[in-house]
Amino acid sequence: MLFVVDAVSPTAPPRGARGLHRFANPGRFLRLAGRVLPWVSAIGILLAASGIYWGLFIAPADWQQGDAVRIMYVHVPAAWLASAGYLSLALASAVSLVWRHPLADLAAVEIAPVGAGFTAICLITGSLWGKPMWGAYWVWDARLTSVLVLFFLYLGHIALTRAFDSPERGYRAGAILALVGVVNLPIIKFSVDWWNTLHQPASITLSGAPTMYVGMLWPLLLTALGASFIFAALVLARLSAAVMERRIRALLAARAEAA
Amino acid sequence: MKRKHRRLAILLAAGLGLGSAAALTLFAFRDNLVFFVTPSDLATRARAGETVRLGGLVAAGSVAHATIDGQPAVRFRVTDGRSSVNVSYIGVLPDLFREGQGVVTLGSLTPDGSFVASEVLAKHDETYMPKEVVEALKKSGHWQPGNGPPPPAASWNNLPVTKNGG
Repeated sequence: MLFVVDAVSPTAPPRGARGLHRFANPGRFLRLAGRVLPWVSAIGILLAASGIYWGLFIAPADWQQGDAVRIMYVHVPAAWLASAGYLSLALASAVSLVWRHPLADLAAVEIAPVGAGFTAICLITGSLWGKPMWGAYWVWDARLTSVLVLFFLYLGHIALTRAFDSPERGYRAGAILALVGVVNLPIIKFSVDWWNTLHQPASITLSGAPTMYVGMLWPLLLTALGASFIFAALVLARLSAAVMERRIRALLAARAEAA
Repeated sequence: MKRKHRRLAILLAAGLGLGSAAALTLFAFRDNLVFFVTPSDLATRARAGETVRLGGLVAAGSVAHATIDGQPAVRFRVTDGRSSVNVSYIGVLPDLFREGQGVVTLGSLTPDGSFVASEVLAKHDETYMPKEVVEALKKSGHWQPGNGPPPPAASWNNLPVTKNGG
């Protein structure tokens, strides 16, 4: 119940507050989050909006896909963040299991719905692109299937963390699920290289020149950066609300006990 | 050993075990995880009459259109550079279908070695370029799209485009 003590007296730093545990103090987190959240949101919306505008109205159409290529400016950032979001979910889960960090529990719970939302956007936009380009909304190739599994992992995490009467047991079960699911991330990334898939391989790689015209590449990168800030802003806002909710619950419980 | 260190060690050991189990499983099922087989593998991977997906590039100059009972029909050759298979298909082709394009066809091998498809999907590759760049590459003789994949990206992804360039 260390957390409850923290929540009631947020200014008292825990003994030996070094490294990660400096941020275990929810009061400190709330102050920090309140200060950066407006900036993160504003930067995210600004970058994503200009990237989307550039992609939809200024960037050239593809010679084969025509204007359908513009779905990419939503699909690819959503796909990147679906995977990156899962990685952050797994990191929070590892911190929660190993260091028993109270903020990490809440972070994992709050990351999952945001990640699920981005994964849904990725799946829906991809399917809308697939019908006119491939000739099918959906095929069971390794890339599409592994991203669908990612979506189900997010949904499973959301359900599992809320399935127990004691929140601590829910956090524990969710963290284990999230860490087991990490095995899916390299499968998503390398599915298009390891096996024949209908989905195209990556255009932007560390090893070679991007196989995308620069006039299309820049708006994509801009949108992806903006979407990352929006992802962070959503998680920060949800996490702040969760910390405050927990604090209010602790105060109400203390009052009920005193009465 | 502190308790959190023990928990970290357990977590890493479990991760290692799970990772190797997953890797071995994927390796064992690698033949089932592919979405399509290539023309070179078709002979060993499928018997005549067995439904299978065949994938590769549409060979240059191999597409012949016809009409059978008022339905559009097409014959083309799918190649992977080493061997090729003749494919026949009755139905509407996806917009991206062209010579030199990747396709994935669902169908079966006939005893005479040709392939009868009931579905043709176009496979888009990882290159994205505006029309002007393609025209420039064609004009300079660096790429004829019908013949296969485009030249290395560094040679075209930065070409100046006059009209509508982003």
